[in-house]
Amino acid sequence: MTIATEGHAPPARPARPGGAGGRRGGAPRLPARLRRLGLPYLLLLPAVLLELLVHLVPMLIGIMMSFKELTQFYIRDWGSAPWRGLENYRVSIDLNAPVGQDLLNSFLVTCAFSLLAVGLCWLLGTTAAIFMQEDFRGRGLLRAVFLTPYALPVYAAVITWAFMFQRDNGMVNHVLHDQLGLTGERPFWLLGGNSFAALAVVAVWKTWPFAFLIVMAALQNIPRELYEAASIDGAGIWQQIRKITLPSLRPINQVLVLVLFLWTFNDFNTPYLLFGEAAPASANLISVHIYQSSFVTWNFGTGSAMSVLLLLFLLVVTAAYLLATSRGRKTADV
Amino acid sequence: MSSPASARRSPSAPPRSFLWARRVFLTLLAGFVLLPVYVMVSSSLKPLQDVSGRFRWLPSGLTIRPYFDIWQTVPLARYFANSLIVAGAATVCSVAIAVFAAYAVSRYRFPGKRIFTVTVLSTQMFPGILFLLPLFLIYVNIGNATGIALYGSRGGLILTYLTFSLPFSIWMLIGYFESIPRALDEAAAVDGSGPVGTLFRIVIPAAIPGIVAVAVYAFMTAWGEVLFASIMTNDTTRTLSVGLQGYATQNDVYWNQVMAASLVVSVPVVAGFLLLQRYLVTGLTAGAVK
Repeated sequence: MTIATEGHAPPARPARPGGAGGRRGGAPRLPARLRRLGLPYLLLLPAVLLELLVHLVPMLIGIMMSFKELTQFYIRDWGSAPWRGLENYRVSIDLNAPVGQDLLNSFLVTCAFSLLAVGLCWLLGTTAAIFMQEDFRGRGLLRAVFLTPYALPVYAAVITWAFMFQRDNGMVNHVLHDQLGLTGERPFWLLGGNSFAALAVVAVWKTWPFAFLIVMAALQNIPRELYEAASIDGAGIWQQIRKITLPSLRPINQVLVLVLFLWTFNDFNTPYLLFGEAAPASANLISVHIYQSSFVTWNFGTGSAMSVLLLLFLLVVTAAYLLATSRGRKTADV
Repeated sequence: MSSPASARRSPSAPPRSFLWARRVFLTLLAGFVLLPVYVMVSSSLKPLQDVSGRFRWLPSGLTIRPYFDIWQTVPLARYFANSLIVAGAATVCSVAIAVFAAYAVSRYRFPGKRIFTVTVLSTQMFPGILFLLPLFLIYVNIGNATGIALYGSRGGLILTYLTFSLPFSIWMLIGYFESIPRALDEAAAVDGSGPVGTLFRIVIPAAIPGIVAVAVYAFMTAWGEVLFASIMTNDTTRTLSVGLQGYATQNDVYWNQVMAASLVVSVPVVAGFLLLQRYLVTGLTAGAVK
């Protein structure tokens, strides 16, 4: 606070960016000017270099690799691998061959999984945050409880779920079969058709607290006066939620849903830790599928082509989503 | 200690329907959240026959043996140390770099600013699988060319992880820094502070909650990463995320040990997170969600 009062002392100083010193009398010396112009770039330099090294350059190399025949024979000296043109892409999307069929299946599974997981995460997170907007006894403790899945390292959490989903000694079958008698046989959860449900449950359990956290933070920015005014006008709490809270959350929802979608769509950890290297077909998310196509079969060219297709898909979806939601927001405001 | 959000909505008491809906929903959700936590804690205290046979809600007898055995079955202490070094170093570097970058973006206008923020944020979207192999090849080539071992070393992992948390950290700190009044900077400039002096004397102290939040996020990201750790580490540099799977490779899985180990490796992050989550919420409120 003491610093803040000092802030009132110099009235109407010109903002520093863009050469505050220059206006203060005479042209500044060139080195000082250069330094000022260069400073933001200098500050950004480490971040830019690292992003280049770890993200952008590898991505470009990855795109290049997708045009090469990169099997185990060429991996030692990948520069000399022969060019293959669009062959890798053709193989990836050829629906008459097993490679293309598997990729399509994996893609559809991933789409279904993402839509389901994002919807549930958003619903649980928003509902919980709205219910906990007002203070009540035990609110702080409950908040800590709800954030625990997010804080737990993903491998510890998923291994625990894998134990719970074990057929013979797991908790889930103990409840469903032994205690409730709902199933005739002990079902498998980590093999076959049920694995999709298992995967979705684990992903939602692990991800919904993030939605909760973000919505909770966003709720604190809603001005209190809005609620007071509404309550004076006789609006009940349900109406306040519908008319004030939910509309105020719209901007943050736009980002939140997108981030949740990208995370779940690219999710590798959950299926990999839950099922190991070979995920069952009904839970074969695309990241694991590509990982398997590349590292297990040692065909990195095709794997890269699949990754590029995935990236293109995500780019298109993101652009379309942002376009659609931004336009929707504008018309809603008018 | 009272949070700013307390008693935010109308002062009149909410109706019973709301209270009941809240009670039921939050209770069910808490049950769902705590179920695996209960399984983890209780199973880690069970003797082996309890976890290899039919599941039991209550242990037939309590034992703390698994907590001693976990260190023998796999070299857990080494994995633990590796994870601490990697996650700690990645956090420190990531936060420092993010602070500089966010300061530049929030306080200066310069050509290329928008490209920078958009590019950095869009790297979040890349499927990790796309750059896993190229990065691996780059590290191997850098190693061959310069003798700096990045592949298989902790250094390479630190470098990789710190960029994973950078985009979100920069994004969040930009928002946070922008919420700090410029008047403070200008006052410092009058007192003779250079730009860097202003950053250290004014902006960083005022942004501590945001910085703590970003540090928590960076540490958790590095501590929990699986995909790159599985490719980029060897026996001596293996981190917990890969090492923990070692319990499952035995013919018979010692689930009580797996659960004990999971609990042990979770304690540092969960404790840190829950202690500092207040900052995360304040940081998000002031920064990201604005």
